[in-house]
Amino acid sequence: MIIHQLSVFLENKSGRLSEVLDVLGKENIRITALSVADTNEFGILRIIVSDPEKARTLLKEQKFTVNITEVISVIAPDEAKYYAKILKILSDIEISVEYTYAFSTGRKSVIILKCSDNEKAIKALKINEMELLKASDLYKI
Amino acid sequence: MGIWNKHFECMERSELKRVQGDRLRDTIERVYFNVPHYRHKMQEAGLAPENIKTLDDIVKLPFTTKNDLRDTYPFGLFAVPMSEIVRLHASSGTTGKPTVVGYTRSDISTWSEVIARTLTSAGADRNDFIQIAYGYGLFTGGLGLHYGGEKIGASVIPVSGGNTTRQLQLMHDFGTTVLACTPSYALYLAEAIEESSINRDELKLKIGVFGAEPWTENMRKEIEQKLNIKATDIYGLSEVIGPGVASECCEQNGLHIFEDHFYPEIIDPETLEVLPEGSMGELVFTTLTKEGLPLIRYRTHDLSRLNYQKCECGRTLVRMSKCLGRSDDMLIIRGVNLFPSQIETVLLEMSEIKPHYLIVVDRVNNLDTLELQVEVDEEYFQDKISQLQSVREKLQYNLENATGLSIKVTLVEPKTIERSEGKAKRVIDKRNY
Repeated sequence: MIIHQLSVFLENKSGRLSEVLDVLGKENIRITALSVADTNEFGILRIIVSDPEKARTLLKEQKFTVNITEVISVIAPDEAKYYAKILKILSDIEISVEYTYAFSTGRKSVIILKCSDNEKAIKALKINEMELLKASDLYKI
Repeated sequence: MGIWNKHFECMERSELKRVQGDRLRDTIERVYFNVPHYRHKMQEAGLAPENIKTLDDIVKLPFTTKNDLRDTYPFGLFAVPMSEIVRLHASSGTTGKPTVVGYTRSDISTWSEVIARTLTSAGADRNDFIQIAYGYGLFTGGLGLHYGGEKIGASVIPVSGGNTTRQLQLMHDFGTTVLACTPSYALYLAEAIEESSINRDELKLKIGVFGAEPWTENMRKEIEQKLNIKATDIYGLSEVIGPGVASECCEQNGLHIFEDHFYPEIIDPETLEVLPEGSMGELVFTTLTKEGLPLIRYRTHDLSRLNYQKCECGRTLVRMSKCLGRSDDMLIIRGVNLFPSQIETVLLEMSEIKPHYLIVVDRVNNLDTLELQVEVDEEYFQDKISQLQSVREKLQYNLENATGLSIKVTLVEPKTIERSEGKAKRVIDKRNY
């Protein structure tokens, strides 16, 4: 249930993001989800791709700073109350969410979560009958 | 324009040379018998005090560098017992440890004397109000100017550096006539006046005494025009005494070195040979009267040339040209000395970043700015913003502790800072001197 997300350190220079995407695009790597966290001086690009290991190698070759981070993914109806419920389940057992982002596919939302304890979060979400996605599911979306 | 000490400042050069020779012999004797470090260095060079008979013998003596001060930190080069020392100052050193200087009561009196000469040659006298906007404290600028200002009988306003609003208020309300600060701060104040409600005509400012950093003739013109004052360049370094080593006169054509106290030479920084009169090279000083910390052939790393012709102002003292360059990698930021090695030391102590860095110096609104670009360590990089920001803050804090300067830290991608074989380019200085 653990999903391997790529995190890329980006200097705040124009063109950096498109360079990353160019590198991946040339090798036909698909991007399922993407989010950018930014500060005044730098940003971190977070992407979920079809082949994380290959993507990492390609980016490293182009001198990017890349790390693989473990995240989890939940699919739920695209209504705020479901998102709220997921967060409540986690906060009730004192798991903090370091960051989260989501995208919608029709009537359903795919939610990506980086938790302080991913394994424990998976268990808790399963007990509460939430639908978790495997990496292979995600790449098919 | 007055001359504070006609006897020494206008002395026949042959007579001056005799005085310098006597004082050199006396200094050599004192350092040989009172400072083991100097004695060992002289012995290694096969020298005893009796080998230094005249001023011309000075070339036989070994040079002294900042390393000698560092190796004997803090008081190892002092030539008197600590009970004779009445004041200590310090400036940032090359590798974390400060350079410490000590003064006896007589040294403080000498210092006041040379500053009195400096202020007089700039056109100040007992009727003036001198606003000292150099930093007070361990830095020699503030207190150095202070005692000389009192010596000439002027009304000294010890406002110290910074706090521009208060500077302007005091300048206006007290009727400041002489401003002493760094030239870049003078320009900054000039612009602050333009933006304030104060009209230049309400100010009595007429003279500026500026030093502690290099500045060009263009900058002088700009300051003189904007502040409507006469801007005088002064020179000094804490190791030799602080401000008061040399000063311009009304002619503004070189800085008169107070040679009866500080003997100058110009050397080739590579071969260490003394260069012929008029050559550009590295300035070297031997103190002739200092008791606390006498220095023998101290290498300043400042580049200048000497002019021995008699000046129109009547002084016979040699003139040095404005210092605009260095023979080492020292930077002067807002009057504070900074060596890239200080930054390197801080970086090496932090495992979260690679010691690859680039220092970018610029001047924005007449104030020096300092940016440090460092590479994020690939192994340390995770995807948390808060973690990277805390690394940045920690580094900024450590740098301020080590250098006394606030430095903006920018994290850059690994391997983006240029690597070069041999000496890497560590500094980009965009300021125009």
